[in-house]
Amino acid sequence: MQSRAKKLLLEMHTPRQWLALAAVAGIVLVAVPVLNLATTPTSALRVSDHLIPLFGKFLCFALVAVAVDLLWGFAGILSLGYTVFFACGGYTMGMYLMRAIGRDGVYRNELPDFMVFLDWHELPWYWRGFDSLGFAIAMALLVPGIIALVFGYFAFRSRIRGVYFSIITQAFTYASMLLFFRNETGFGGNNGLTDFKRIAGLPLHEQSTKVSLYIASGFALLLGYLLCRYVVCSKLGRVLVALRDQELRVMFAGYSPLKFKLFAWTLSAILCGLAGALYVPQVGIINPNELAPSKGIEMAVWVAVGGRGTLAGAAVGAVAVNGAKSWLTAAHPEYWLYVLGSLFIAVTLFLPRGLVGHLAVVSRRITTWRKQCKLPRISIHNRP
Amino acid sequence: MVSPDQPGGPGASLQAALAQLASGDMAAIKSAIVAIGELEDPVALTVLEALRERRLRVAATGQVLIASSDGATLREVISGRSASEDLESLGEIAMTNTVRRALRASVARLQIASPDSAVRRRAAAVLAKNGPPAALVEFLRAAHDSESDPATRVNLALALAHHDLSSEDRERRLAAIRSIARAEVRTFKPQLEAMVGRGEGGEYSESDDEIRELALSALSAVERNELAGRIVRDLVYGLSLASVLVLAALGLAITFGLMGVINMAHGEMLMLGAYTTYLVQSEFAGRVPDWYAYYLVAALPAAFGVCFATGAVLERAVIRYLYGRPLETLLATWGLALLLIQSVRSLFGAHNVTVPSPAWLSGGYTLVEGVILPYARVAAIALAALITIFIAALLYRSRLGLHIRAVTENRAMAQAMGIRTARVDTVTFGLGSAVAGLGGVALSQIGNVGPELGQGYIVDSFLVVVVGGVGNLLGTVAAALGLGIVNKLLEPATGAVLGKICVLVVVILFIQRRPKGLFALQGRAGQ
Repeated sequence: MQSRAKKLLLEMHTPRQWLALAAVAGIVLVAVPVLNLATTPTSALRVSDHLIPLFGKFLCFALVAVAVDLLWGFAGILSLGYTVFFACGGYTMGMYLMRAIGRDGVYRNELPDFMVFLDWHELPWYWRGFDSLGFAIAMALLVPGIIALVFGYFAFRSRIRGVYFSIITQAFTYASMLLFFRNETGFGGNNGLTDFKRIAGLPLHEQSTKVSLYIASGFALLLGYLLCRYVVCSKLGRVLVALRDQELRVMFAGYSPLKFKLFAWTLSAILCGLAGALYVPQVGIINPNELAPSKGIEMAVWVAVGGRGTLAGAAVGAVAVNGAKSWLTAAHPEYWLYVLGSLFIAVTLFLPRGLVGHLAVVSRRITTWRKQCKLPRISIHNRP
Repeated sequence: MVSPDQPGGPGASLQAALAQLASGDMAAIKSAIVAIGELEDPVALTVLEALRERRLRVAATGQVLIASSDGATLREVISGRSASEDLESLGEIAMTNTVRRALRASVARLQIASPDSAVRRRAAAVLAKNGPPAALVEFLRAAHDSESDPATRVNLALALAHHDLSSEDRERRLAAIRSIARAEVRTFKPQLEAMVGRGEGGEYSESDDEIRELALSALSAVERNELAGRIVRDLVYGLSLASVLVLAALGLAITFGLMGVINMAHGEMLMLGAYTTYLVQSEFAGRVPDWYAYYLVAALPAAFGVCFATGAVLERAVIRYLYGRPLETLLATWGLALLLIQSVRSLFGAHNVTVPSPAWLSGGYTLVEGVILPYARVAAIALAALITIFIAALLYRSRLGLHIRAVTENRAMAQAMGIRTARVDTVTFGLGSAVAGLGGVALSQIGNVGPELGQGYIVDSFLVVVVGGVGNLLGTVAAALGLGIVNKLLEPATGAVLGKICVLVVVILFIQRRPKGLFALQGRAGQ
């Protein structure tokens, strides 16, 4: 039993990789919160307060990137519609947070402010149950899952592949964006849901709440990453990779692609929903702009920058691109689009494997070079 | 109309009435206006129209003067001699609402009595729309019976119907309803609805069965007419939306359909075309204002050239390295789109620029009551049709088209036959971009021109190409027409946003059923 578990762990990562993962997790989950909470504001080691929600946001994006990479990197399906699932998770959490405001809104009403503004007198049926955090979290996972299951079933059944899938998912996001922009849809229209006050009784403006949310995002990312790593190392993952490379051959070998694709697609949608649910309380707003088609493409670029088919690389890419974005939009807002645009082009032209992918290539070259130095070359047939 | 024969003839009575006008007493002014309205003098209408347009002045001597419409010259009413008084120093004739009402009635009466049939027709149309003053009813009845022009006659009958619908005389009411039913105008819809409706106690508000039934049939005629008007409007607007979609999607049908390149920067080619139009327009306004009306003629080749060059450069620099990797192409071209948007924003500013339409394109043509088709839209439809023909001819009737199709079908074989495939790729991509540029010229005439112009079209145009079937021009045009018209037909029932969502959902479902589009290629080429 123990050896099976050990074998599984070793399949997922080499010992050295586990060590690196533990180190990163330690920094993200322990060191950063400690450096924020336990140091004095003037200390050189201090992680300042405003950085915590920002890092938390990056972690949520990293989780999305891992989910995108599961599908794109390992099943070869690029969806531009992850924003829908992200926003679904975000909106369900937002609905809970709106209900948690209680009577503290501008209108001192039981109903959320925008409903009072629209002259609604009772909650729409789909807002019921969102008084409870547990229900909201369950919905943040279930709703994206169900939408993905239904959408994916129809799309994969009619064997929509490649760019067609990308275009359809983009149209899907676009349609949802239009839907959420309407006031009548009941999610606050243009303005979305905002002005949150507290989560599970804790005030959102307290630093301790922010740090807790940050740590929760970190754990979500860690668990999501390990889950995806487990999936891609399993037999199911092998089938996915085979589908990516030679779909027809896999079908002729007796596999039905539908189930495998549907599983990966739904799982990644649920992870996106989770990311969205953690994202909203940290940034304090969710509105239909999150559904803009451009956001969906941006998510793909995080993965492309980090490296497709590496999972860890996707997370790195998301943090790197968003870090650059935060810095540039504050320092030189007019250059951000130039940088982002060039990044899109440069990565596809010069770094098709992404940062981490190329790092892996380089390190592999170094090891083979070392081996070649140690061993005398016996035969040319051994060369790769 | 026969005016009361007064001693001294019509000229004398006009003089008397003018003297009353100048008196400044409200009752006198009113009776003077009524008196002038009953004169059979061509000058009478001129005087009253001048009064209505506040161009009538009274000199200190009591003389009444008419100012020309630009206020530059003054002349005496009866003699027509020009007067040399200062316009500012002269008194105006005071107006109250009762005076204005009397004035309206008198002007209408003089116009209906005019020997000029065009003047009569215009006046009758106004009366039919707004209803006649009560004092004029008997006069109009006589005018209706003696009228020879059919259009004027119908309008006069309608004008009378305003009055007769509530008349005591049963025959009059029947006649009024009949003329409404014949003309099928919706002005009377509320009255007709009131006639066929029931009161609070459940009894009909109109007790006469015959009148009620006639009103009912008139109402349905009116409603039929309304429905027909709505359908015409939706079809025309749908066609106009479809032409925009065709313009946006045709270039994409070339780059995506024929080359398999997902060009997310395609919308930006539309934007570049529109900005080229803006530049050409401002150059014309600055350098050759005499030729300003024709700047569009120059903008078309300019946009074609600019976008062809941009497309060809992009293909050489980026896209040719990505053939066979569609998803990477998608990302790289999205990056190109961002670069183009930001460059335009830096050059021209983030705000929309205005591209005024030349005079011959502004205005519109009234199709049915309330449905105006702007000339700019007509031009867009025509341009879309022309470009489609141009592209079809190029692809299926020219040597270049033959090469393009050959490379599309079998690249290796085409290369073996001596076709320079790399050059064909560049030209094809440039061509697709150039067609988008032409679309941009049309879009600049019917919408806003801003850096994000293209972003709004990218989802739609990809859907059009996918629905139409990739690599299929006919399919692209058919899909654009279908989507445009369905969109506009849905709009009144669901609202613009929900209509759009419905169309997107329908398209997604449609692609489920027919993943290869409307006109799927058969056999090996379809794989």
